[in-house]
Amino acid sequence: MNTDPKSIIDSLSDHYAITEVREQKAGLLLLKIPKEDAVQFLRELRDGQNYTHLAFLTAIDYIEDGRFTLTYMLHNYATHHSIGVHVDIDREQAQMESIHELWAQAATYQRELREMYGIRFPGSPRLDADFCLEGWDDIPPMRKEFDTVAYSQDRFFNREGRTTEDPREHMKQIMYPIHTD
Amino acid sequence: MMTKDKSLGPMANEGLTAEERDLFSDARPVPYQPYPVEVVEKFINWVRANSLYMLAFGTGCGAIELNPLMTARYDAYRFGFQPRPTPRQASVFMIGGYASVKTLKRIIRSYEQMQGPKFVIALGICPVNGGMYWDSYNTVNQFDLYIPVDLYITGCMPRPEVLLAGVLELKKKIKEGRADGHNRYIENLDWYKANQKRIIKNWDMPDYSW
Repeated sequence: MNTDPKSIIDSLSDHYAITEVREQKAGLLLLKIPKEDAVQFLRELRDGQNYTHLAFLTAIDYIEDGRFTLTYMLHNYATHHSIGVHVDIDREQAQMESIHELWAQAATYQRELREMYGIRFPGSPRLDADFCLEGWDDIPPMRKEFDTVAYSQDRFFNREGRTTEDPREHMKQIMYPIHTD
Repeated sequence: MMTKDKSLGPMANEGLTAEERDLFSDARPVPYQPYPVEVVEKFINWVRANSLYMLAFGTGCGAIELNPLMTARYDAYRFGFQPRPTPRQASVFMIGGYASVKTLKRIIRSYEQMQGPKFVIALGICPVNGGMYWDSYNTVNQFDLYIPVDLYITGCMPRPEVLLAGVLELKKKIKEGRADGHNRYIENLDWYKANQKRIIKNWDMPDYSW
């Protein structure tokens, strides 16, 4: 079997629109794939190329570009090599095909992503069951437009007497009074 | 705070479904009444202070400090302080640092199941004012709005020596009869319940967990 990651990606490039391939470090290759091809591509990596382990599934919120980037991290136990598959999805209609039939544990990640980012995975088991947050009634907290300070002050009542310093000003005044102009 | 609830009727248990309501008591708890003879009550307090049973429920990162507290190096057993596995057997609740809303629900249920008089030690800065999680969406900032706290041990994290000092301080308070968190909770139950229900949105448990 072909074990060189670069040549694996080259051979798969004939069938999939793989972009932004880069070697993050030794043993970790990152690439990007369109949303429509993603699940088929993951299936090919798992069944055809021996990347059998789903290490994690997470999301990044690029609010300025209006997209979430899902990261599927796959690992090959034979070669100790990992491939991170990035998939861009629309931020407003945040929805992605579920992969719980490829890896059963992905259902838990998808529950967490539904709760923390509001990304839908239709068909995923127990998707709407509470995971960490029970009875959450606001926008999902890991979305960048969520104002955690305002939420905390509104909900949890800061105790009187707490003071905070702007770290930059504090350093100027207290730590380095001489070197500032 | 400050309404006395003694004259009020049974708890509403509105969080439970109709079938579940039969399974839970709706009686209000009653405050602890000291023994009428003062000398006897002082003796009872002395006994109580020397056999403290801690509920071994690590609610936050601070629970990691409880392991050395109990083992040979610090050995809290010397002071009659030892862990117990269930709330029914325990009299001291050690809040191990930050409390998220989800944990707070379990804390309330465990605390109410403990037999009175019961005491709460909150360790770490997080129960005082939120600590480093003061702006978190999920961590309560003032713990004593929800559960009466008899003793705070601040620090991030407090070392086992400090916890031992705190245990001794609690014993002192109990002997002097000043550790009255249990009665404060019961006398102001409606105030505490209102605070708890304000942040626990899916209240699906009895109003008082007997």
